[in-house]
Amino acid sequence: MTKNQHMTDTSAFNRRRFLQGMAGATGLSVISPSSLNAHLPAHAETPSVLVDVTRCIGCRSCMRACKNANDLPNDTDLSKGFPHSWDRQELRFDQWTVVNPATGCNADGTEVTRNVKTQCMQCLDPTCVSVCLVGALTKSELGPILYDADRCIGCRYCMMACPFDIPKFEWKGGMSPVIGKCQMCTRKRLAEGRIPGCVESCPTGALKFGQRDTLLFEARARIKTRPERYLNHIYGEKEAGGTAWLYMSDVPFESLGFKSDLETAPMPPLTWEVLNKIPMVAAAMAGLFGTLAWSLNRRESLDSQESPDNQETPE
Amino acid sequence: MNGWIFILVCLTILIWAALCLVYDKRPRFLRPVTAITILCIWVAALWTLIRRFTEGLGAVTGMNDNAPWGLWIGVDVFAGVALAAGGFVIAATVHIFRIKRFEPILRPTVLTAFLGYILVAVALFIDIGRPLSWWHPLVMWQEHSIMFEVTWCVILYSTVLAIEISPVVLERLGLTTLLRLVKTITIPVVIAGVILSTMHQSSLGSLYLIVPEKLYPLWYSPLLPVFHLLSAVAAGMCVIIVESFFSSKILRRGLESSLMADLGRAASIILFLYLVIKLADLAVRGSWVLILEQNLQSNLFLLEMLGGVVLPAILLSFRRVRKLPRGLLAASTLVMMGIVLNRINICWFGMSVSDQLHYIPTWMEIAVSLGSITAGIIVFFLAVHYLPVFPKTEEELPGAVSPLPNAA
Repeated sequence: MTKNQHMTDTSAFNRRRFLQGMAGATGLSVISPSSLNAHLPAHAETPSVLVDVTRCIGCRSCMRACKNANDLPNDTDLSKGFPHSWDRQELRFDQWTVVNPATGCNADGTEVTRNVKTQCMQCLDPTCVSVCLVGALTKSELGPILYDADRCIGCRYCMMACPFDIPKFEWKGGMSPVIGKCQMCTRKRLAEGRIPGCVESCPTGALKFGQRDTLLFEARARIKTRPERYLNHIYGEKEAGGTAWLYMSDVPFESLGFKSDLETAPMPPLTWEVLNKIPMVAAAMAGLFGTLAWSLNRRESLDSQESPDNQETPE
Repeated sequence: MNGWIFILVCLTILIWAALCLVYDKRPRFLRPVTAITILCIWVAALWTLIRRFTEGLGAVTGMNDNAPWGLWIGVDVFAGVALAAGGFVIAATVHIFRIKRFEPILRPTVLTAFLGYILVAVALFIDIGRPLSWWHPLVMWQEHSIMFEVTWCVILYSTVLAIEISPVVLERLGLTTLLRLVKTITIPVVIAGVILSTMHQSSLGSLYLIVPEKLYPLWYSPLLPVFHLLSAVAAGMCVIIVESFFSSKILRRGLESSLMADLGRAASIILFLYLVIKLADLAVRGSWVLILEQNLQSNLFLLEMLGGVVLPAILLSFRRVRKLPRGLLAASTLVMMGIVLNRINICWFGMSVSDQLHYIPTWMEIAVSLGSITAGIIVFFLAVHYLPVFPKTEEELPGAVSPLPNAA
């Protein structure tokens, strides 16, 4: 296990411990306090958004605001069919967030419709960043994951690997298409101390911006004060190692179309655990095959010295 | 629709031509008909490529935001790399394990592998969205990415193959000094090639380790890298058999029957090993119950395992089958088709949710794939015609230069 891998493991482990309240954080995890604190503040303080599905009225102001904030083409008629039925909108390379009605099923079997906002979840330990071979996707110092089209080669491994299927590709982009996904307005707004465009535009308080630990605290408080209204599950708290976007709902997330089969461990170690062994395997193979070739070669030349006419001639 | 009819007609003609060769039937119009068919495929492929580079991938392919990887990645790249694995297997056999019997098939095999990797590189250039940025991985490193490792290995291994095949050109040009230089570095280069191949063949499987909840459990496994390496080695050997068979027919030369039988036997052993590990893996993870689901994925899995692994492994384990050139050919073709199906299953059907397919390739994608395969075959026979790839008969042996780089 390399140093780097060790860091990833401990940080994931410690984060989980911290979020569980650090109640019984005894034993091995406290041995090295420096690594314990190394990643902690970053994840707890990372800029996050809490989405309260019960408060969303599906007005799609956030979609409009997203397009304005990021200079994306604003030509779709988002209110088509309103108020009886929305046209379903999909994420596209030039449409980084969508709100769609989702019909879910309550525990007692009654069908209910909720409006669900979708955008990049901003994983704490992002899969897309780990799979991008040229570093076109990076986790910024502020927290959100940024995309740099000037580095991108368009291999689309990020789209394949993303556990939430977020990155989208410009399929009619000729020779220089781009990947598009929400970057939480990091460059244009967060860096200037402003909150993301979508949150600013939300008229009902369904979106709330803040530090991740504050929002988790708030979400838990809402669940505790109104347990009859909310499910005791904050989607994004643990999914795929934790995400900056956090969702709370009164309808089971799975029935609203959220992915429910995600591990709580971060994804990047899945490949890194294989990748970090490669240098060792390569060195071992080099040694093995080198010795083999050398010794067999030597035996051959000794054989041919003993009997010079033993040598094979090509047919 | 017309495009699909065109593709079907072309495929039928190509298969008919192959069967004519297999059964030693040579109607007078075989050559012109095949040539015209291939030319038509090339025209269609060229037209597709022009549209791909001007309008974009979405204009000609069936790929979309729900299916980012299509036929070009699944067949041209994943299956292409696996089918070219024979190059490192035979190079290792001859140069590292010093089993000199295989020397006569070393050069054609390495040539096949080299052309295969060139086709893979071309396919990648076409498929990546921003082809003019293809060199970015060379200078922009992100070593936590499996794709980064695969890219470097493929580039380095293509260089290795170029060095391994260079004596063929150097001999033709009579550059003895360079030839001697290549000869002295052959063994380290071959060792590097074996390491690089092991790494990227397995890593092509590791690419999918990151999608445990997306790839269907019949294919997803922590052992994906092992499966990809083993299947590539077996398929690589079978490609050598098929390639030797057809070149013996087309060039009207003898077939190295005993070598081919040995290859078939080795492939059979590796296929059985693959089967045992695969079954153990399915049993341990409890995914084997999905085989009984009788859905699209389970049917394709059964087809792939029974037709591409079990049947040819059994066939190749019989000496009587291995003695018959056509028996060897049939079993090897099954293995090749099996591995292509396996890569398609992983890349396409296994990544689809139940029966809902997000992606259907267009006929244009198939035209490009067919165009690249036929181009590879044509270049192979051109190279064989002009360069000393196959060992020559005695009277043609040049006196000054040894035809084999490793003969003392």
